[in-house]
Amino acid sequence: MNDRLGARLAQSTPAPLARHVRGLSDRTIAWLFIAPTMVLLLAINIFPLIWTIRLSFTNFRANRPNAELVGVGIDHYVSILSDPDVWGPMQATAHFLFWTITLQTLIGFSLAYLIDRKFRGHGFWTTLILIPMMLSPAVVGNFWAFIYQPQIGLFNYVVSFFTGIPPSSFEMLGSVKLAPWSIIIVDTWMWTPYVMLICLAGLRSIPDYIYEAAEVDRASAWRQFWSITLPMVLPFVMLAVLFRGIENFKMFDLVNLLTNGGPGSTTEVVSITLKREAFEKWRTGYSSALAIILFVAVFGLANIYVKALNAVKNR
Amino acid sequence: MSNKGLSTAHSVVEPTLGSKRFAMVIVVLYAVITLVPLVWIALTAIKSPPDSISYPPKVLFTPSIEGFCNLFTTRSRQTEEYIRSLPPPADACERAARANSMVIVSRSNYLPRFLNSLIIAFGSTALSVGLGVMAAYAFSRFKVPGKDDLMFFILSTRMMPPIAVAIPIYLMYRELGLSDTKLGMILLYSAVNVSLAVWLLKGFIDEIPREYEEAAMVDGYTRLQAFRQVVLPQAATGIVATAIFCLIFAWNEYAFAVLLTSGEAQTAPPFIPIIIGEGGQDWPAVAAGTMLFLIPILVFTVLLRKHLLRGITFGAVRK
Repeated sequence: MNDRLGARLAQSTPAPLARHVRGLSDRTIAWLFIAPTMVLLLAINIFPLIWTIRLSFTNFRANRPNAELVGVGIDHYVSILSDPDVWGPMQATAHFLFWTITLQTLIGFSLAYLIDRKFRGHGFWTTLILIPMMLSPAVVGNFWAFIYQPQIGLFNYVVSFFTGIPPSSFEMLGSVKLAPWSIIIVDTWMWTPYVMLICLAGLRSIPDYIYEAAEVDRASAWRQFWSITLPMVLPFVMLAVLFRGIENFKMFDLVNLLTNGGPGSTTEVVSITLKREAFEKWRTGYSSALAIILFVAVFGLANIYVKALNAVKNR
Repeated sequence: MSNKGLSTAHSVVEPTLGSKRFAMVIVVLYAVITLVPLVWIALTAIKSPPDSISYPPKVLFTPSIEGFCNLFTTRSRQTEEYIRSLPPPADACERAARANSMVIVSRSNYLPRFLNSLIIAFGSTALSVGLGVMAAYAFSRFKVPGKDDLMFFILSTRMMPPIAVAIPIYLMYRELGLSDTKLGMILLYSAVNVSLAVWLLKGFIDEIPREYEEAAMVDGYTRLQAFRQVVLPQAATGIVATAIFCLIFAWNEYAFAVLLTSGEAQTAPPFIPIIIGEGGQDWPAVAAGTMLFLIPILVFTVLLRKHLLRGITFGAVRK
């Protein structure tokens, strides 16, 4: 069929003439095709966003919709940005972001590097490794709460089996020191395959002839790694970090199910603060302002990062 | 490694046997460790409740169907005399319940929640892929003013933290009577997924030579006919892959579901964590519910292998 079309094309009239022969014009079709998507996004994303901005300047409480609405100006913004309590969640989020991204990048890249050795059956094992990232973080995260149980859970048992520490002497979810790590472990378990897959694509994008040339120049394997492999995979690693960074900044499900911000507020990341303010304390105006600040932060960071990414790509 | 360079041009980049063996050992070890939690879910699902909470954790045990029974039913404790006065148990679940001095009262909410997940996932996937393929075609083929900005706008809607969006959605749905309805959740998930659909499908459609449609239009097809009869069939693989990604997202979603649904439209992810038995969580039932919920995704993951990379990077990496 392709040949027939190709032959047709060769003798066809020039494109501008072929258009507008019958039916709707391209312009009309373009708008008809794009409009529904835009309407959906405007209705479900942009309209609510504008509503949030409006509410952030008021004392509105969603559990008292009939109370008189009082404008409070930028009070909420001022109190959030000057409130030292808001730094707690920010620090918890930063700690979580830093360690998950570091661990996932290191382990993910190493795994990709090893899989790229193309040993027998590497495809099969890669598919197995990918499974955790496809699963529902909430449903699987919930089960990790069972694995972490101090008396009966598998995790403490395995730790004590290898280290000899008594299994009931520590509590992953209940202790201030370990709770942040319990979440980092689950997130790393889930999302390392994600970074691995992207790094693998990067490694496979490096053409063989570059290594062959390096080999002719008698560059050592170590040198090849640092001056060929790493720089060429870097844009891919950065892309993975960008995606994981945005996702983990918004992290909600794992934390909500494993610790719900506890013990105390040691694992209270910003999404949990937002949930507490909006859906437990019903301070809708205040939480709207916090939501806007977060959104601006994610958006701003993502923008800067994308610019950096493009700079690396075009180098 | 470098002394291999003499043989053939190709073997230069071919790893040595030793490095291959080493890589294989580490990768297989990682794969095995990473699967332990999933194997543990499967094992817990077929344990009896006492076996599931014994210490040290049991690897060898007598399989039990109690987890699945408890997942699908609600039970109540009764006196021995009452249970003895009943007719003989009708099925294995009833027998298991009576052994614990319980009788089955009714069906649990698991099945309705599972069905909600199915309806909402398929509904939102159909909508977002339908809208997405149209928008993607327009962005791929026509000169749209401000195209890059529109594409970025579409992507940026997905960067919003779900909790931040959930507040106004909650208020808006309350006004519109969409709170805790399947239609509301379908619209919401479609809006989240349409960005993924547009970005992925634009990549797939970009790869179809536009000469195909142009030739069809020379043959007298209108633009719309060419889209339907030439482009859509060519993009079929891409459309299916995109649809599966949308399905998986909607199937796995938790944040919106837990905040915006509680009964009527509640999906399985917020329901599974609150399955409780007498005196705390009924872990075999939770594990059974988790396992049934994960199996469709395992199947899809294997089917999607080739397109996985593209899907998770919004089409940024195509391999």
